Amino acid sequence: MHIVICIKQVPDSAQIRVHPVTNTIMRQGVPTIINPYDLFALEEALQLRDRHGGEVTVLTMGPPMAEDALRKALTYGADRAVLLTDRHFAGSDTLATSFALSRAIAKIGEAFGTPDIVFTGKQTIDGDTAQVGPGIAKRLDLLQLTYVAKIVSVDINGREITVERRSEGGTQTLMSKLPCLITMLEGTNEIRRGSLDDALRAARSQIVKWNAADAGIEDLTKCGLRGSPTVVKRVFAPPERAEKAEQIDTAEKTPRDLAEELIAGIFLRQPALESELAFDGE
Amino acid sequence: MLSTNRESPPPAAGRAAMKKELPDQFKDHRHVWVFIELERDQVHPVSFELLGEGRKLADKLGVQLAGVVLGPPGEATWFAIAEAFAYGADLAYIVEAPLLADYRNEPFTKALTDLVTNYKPEILLLGATTLGRDLAGSVATTLLTGLTADCTELDVDADGSLAATRPTFGGSLLCTIYTLNCRPQMATVRPRVMAMPPRGNNKIGRVIQHKVSMIEEEIVTKVLGFLSDGQSATANLAYADVVVAGGLGLGAVENVKLMKKLARTIGADYGCSRPLVQKGWMPADRQIGQTGKTIRPKLYIAAGISGAIQHRVGVEGADLILAINTDPNAPIFDFAHLGVVTDAIRLLPSLTELFTHRLSPHSRDKLAN
Ligand SMILES: Cc1cc2nc3c(=O)[nH]c(=O)nc-3n(C[C@H](O)[C@H](O)[C@H](O)COP(=O)(O)OP(=O)(O)OC[C@H]3O[C@@H](n4cnc5c(N)ncnc54)[C@H](O)[C@@H]3O)c2cc1C
Repeated sequence: MHIVICIKQVPDSAQIRVHPVTNTIMRQGVPTIINPYDLFALEEALQLRDRHGGEVTVLTMGPPMAEDALRKALTYGADRAVLLTDRHFAGSDTLATSFALSRAIAKIGEAFGTPDIVFTGKQTIDGDTAQVGPGIAKRLDLLQLTYVAKIVSVDINGREITVERRSEGGTQTLMSKLPCLITMLEGTNEIRRGSLDDALRAARSQIVKWNAADAGIEDLTKCGLRGSPTVVKRVFAPPERAEKAEQIDTAEKTPRDLAEELIAGIFLRQPALESELAFDGE
Repeated sequence: MLSTNRESPPPAAGRAAMKKELPDQFKDHRHVWVFIELERDQVHPVSFELLGEGRKLADKLGVQLAGVVLGPPGEATWFAIAEAFAYGADLAYIVEAPLLADYRNEPFTKALTDLVTNYKPEILLLGATTLGRDLAGSVATTLLTGLTADCTELDVDADGSLAATRPTFGGSLLCTIYTLNCRPQMATVRPRVMAMPPRGNNKIGRVIQHKVSMIEEEIVTKVLGFLSDGQSATANLAYADVVVAGGLGLGAVENVKLMKKLARTIGADYGCSRPLVQKGWMPADRQIGQTGKTIRPKLYIAAGISGAIQHRVGVEGADLILAINTDPNAPIFDFAHLGVVTDAIRLLPSLTELFTHRLSPHSRDKLAN
């Protein structure tokens, strides 16, 4: 089977700081990582390949330096990596991103075999939209299985797949057909440590680099800013709250005293709570 | 459908400042729609929160507010419509079909895009739930229109365009996003981000019925089963009235128990900051904040939580925030209402004990006598 997985290189946003005066993001020195949710998807893809045979192709759209993320994915055991990079993609929103990625996946299909499954993570940690996966599925007319917690079974010959997916109040078990697109939840599977062979192979591997034309994209108006119906008009810092918390004076007080004062403070502000807090009698 | 007549990509600011030139085919798009999420006979409360927000937008635009219900034939679907009216909808669109019984992407996408193409709303809002995000992404791509995820504020500007504000860079900044040349303007909003509007008595309004142009045989995906989370508190954290949460300040996994014990004593639900999930001390569905749940309790007690912006955005809607932290400069004191600078590990047992005294029926009786 052929599996394509879309990954994204994201800033390790725990380390991002906002410039206090200009309200711009200070990216200098911020390390990049593979979007953590994509790693769950990658591990799932690798396990399916190990079980059923075939190949895993990783794809990313991004600046030239996104190559690092692809090389990392190769060390985990992916078979092939494709970097889609072109200045025409700059400023893409989710609609334009799903367009470019879907064209690249179609091209990967022509070049290396039609994918049976396309994977993405459930969302990225920088955009947080969860929209690109469904966008790609729609563009490629693939069946869409989002928020998948577990792949129960894949029947390659029967072209059937059964998955468990999270829904608001529980877990749905769905049976669908291949080819399909799956967005993967944080799973229980930790990404594997690649083997030494994988590491050596990754170091030697050629990464396939495509620009828009290579990926068969003729209509550049569907890419980048021009292909993005949404436009960011204003970026600003969250408003400050005027007053700070009222502090309970702690000098020479025992935890019991403080607890007493806190509880008094709560019921003073919210008298109705006293009858609502349920004591469960232990 | 997208505008194709521009030579080169203009810079973001230039484009954002550009006057809106809505293509003719979108000029008759009117009204604000809210997708009423009905799954397994339950309306998700986020739908009512969105009706409250949709009402304000519709009033500003001087247009009508519609609820859209997709569901199987039966009482639950009509009940969802009655509720939509009670929460402020002027009219409702309904597609009733057995194939809409359990959520699947294919028939829902088809039904909702057909409705939009036929009745042309200018704004379409959905909850940022698993269902809403799954559906919104496919509908927006089918219609080739803009979709803004997880908005925290919605407004219309002087031109009548939807201004959708959402956190970016993990909540460190906010950005306001417009959909310039396409309709409808779509947005999702997470549960509990918007306040629940009051429930009125209006139970009637115009109902427009539409058919889904799809039959079961055309739908590839089949639902084999559903395992409900049942009454487990997990499902309710977003809607809990009282929430106790712990952060890294708890120091060790054993101390998480102290926080849970307090929660149990006062009938609260419990949650945590992100590092506790990363350490495996708590399951992911207990995480509160930007990438976890948004909560809006009457009382929120945060023990050993610093109050990073990503945590703050998830709890700001709480009526009363109480913070326990050893660091007087912790950012949580910037948005908490009541604070105490002390060791949470020592304070939590005392809090539990004193709440027990105060709340137990036995001591209440004593007080009464
Ligand atoms: C993209 C992104 C998304 C994120 N999403 C979320 C999210 O959804 N939710 C979330 O919570 N975080 C999120 N984070 C992480 C967030 O930035 C913070 O790292 C996190 O909230 C910090 O958790 P904490 O307050 O428990 O830990 P710390 O920041 O380590 O703070 C611990 C606090 O405990 C205090 N303390 C120490 N000992 C004691 C004691 N004995 N008694 C009392 N207080 C004590 C310390 O003074 C300190 O203030 C996200 C980050 C990123 C980059």
